[in-house]
Amino acid sequence: MSNLVKPGVTIKGTKEGLLFLLDETRPFSALLEEIRHKLEHVSSQIWDGPDTPVMIKLGRRQITRDEEKELRQVFSIRKNLIVRSIEAEGMPYLADSSSGIKLLCGTIRSGQVLEHRGDLLFLGDVNPGGCIRSTGSIYVLGALRGLAHAGSEGDESVIIAASVFRPTQLRIAEVISRPPDEWDESEVGMRFAYLLDSQIAVDSVHDLGQLRPELEWREKRFKSL
Amino acid sequence: MGESIVVTSGKGGVGKTTTSANIGTALALEGRKVCLVDTDIGLRNLDVLLGLENRIVYDLVDVIEGNCTHQQALIKDKRCDTLFLIPAAQSKDKSAVSSQQLRDLIAELKEEFDYVIIDCPAGIELGFKNAVVGADQAIVVTTPENTAVRDADRVIGLLEKEDVGKPKLIVNRYRPQLVKDGGMMKVDDVVNILAIDLLGVVPDDESIIRAGSQGEPAVFEAKCPAGRAYRNVARRIQGEVVPLLPLEKRGGFFFKLKSWLGIR
Repeated sequence: MSNLVKPGVTIKGTKEGLLFLLDETRPFSALLEEIRHKLEHVSSQIWDGPDTPVMIKLGRRQITRDEEKELRQVFSIRKNLIVRSIEAEGMPYLADSSSGIKLLCGTIRSGQVLEHRGDLLFLGDVNPGGCIRSTGSIYVLGALRGLAHAGSEGDESVIIAASVFRPTQLRIAEVISRPPDEWDESEVGMRFAYLLDSQIAVDSVHDLGQLRPELEWREKRFKSL
Repeated sequence: MGESIVVTSGKGGVGKTTTSANIGTALALEGRKVCLVDTDIGLRNLDVLLGLENRIVYDLVDVIEGNCTHQQALIKDKRCDTLFLIPAAQSKDKSAVSSQQLRDLIAELKEEFDYVIIDCPAGIELGFKNAVVGADQAIVVTTPENTAVRDADRVIGLLEKEDVGKPKLIVNRYRPQLVKDGGMMKVDDVVNILAIDLLGVVPDDESIIRAGSQGEPAVFEAKCPAGRAYRNVARRIQGEVVPLLPLEKRGGFFFKLKSWLGIR
């Protein structure tokens, strides 16, 4: 560890306890090793003093549950160090696995309810009488014939998309809507629902880029790099 | 060791009992030892369809309460030597038996018979749960109507929770003429929604009603299209490879033939 020019882990003493600042540019495993080295080999009276709260700041880095477990494991070397908080800069410190989208498959049949937290990609059909509900967005690769409720805890920025878009009812946050009695059968292709002026609107996915420019992929962005 | 198959649908009146009677008879005609168990306690019908009503001495509840052995309750069919029926009780209700008791009885019957076919009551309550619990396999009967398909979907969901193998589908009362007009769902649409394997398509056929009032299943009649469809279903149950597509086409062919005759 001595060959590092600048330490990846900076320790600061504050009134509340010890602040561990982790360099986000270093690999996480190297940081763990550095912390372990410091805790094990650097003799200092802080390690053996009374119970000390520890705050860990990850910088602009998110870690997985396994990484968090490892991190806490390292700190358990010194019994008097109590990990009180783990924080990342401007985002939740825990990264949900596979880029935040959960993938599930199957058939949601009449009377069945699939509930989920976060964005959900569902491979299969949601049949009439079945219900798919999530706090985030819902993407159905299959036929959506039942009820879909996205943003079930009030998030109004979510969307519901399905390759075969034939829902009996749609809900986004608190807004409830049903498709017109005579569905326009001429509309082919994938469609999605979103909130527009507290009403649910349905459009072709081709229009999604205009509504959510931050989601849109453009080739020239990459060319300019 | 035989196999137990429950015939269920959720919705009433789509042809569970007719299907049970015909598949049971068709299997027996091929020399299999078959036992039909009517679990629709309080609304028994299977004995009537088979024309065995006047032979009932003991019923399902008698067997379960220990008033008789299951051997005593078995009624031999009039025409098939290898077909037997355990009728439901008419004066009791569904709560007269428990699922554990039925499971034990079905297990006993499976020792003796090649196929134990359980005719399930309509609905998804106690009677359904009791009927399903002893079954190795399930056949879901539906008609190509929205209501029936919706209920079938619900039932398939419930069956998946139980320890029953993947259910198979029979589309009953199919009317190709009506489908052509767009007045009835296509078989493909039904299979698409329910997402289970198709075991057979049974055309709507008045000879089923005729057979019912005479008390003998339609499979006996060689010319009856519905009877032939049921015989094909029975062959598929026995693992014979009757590919789905030809089966469906054959159903369609019968109808074409019938409509040609009608035109003439």
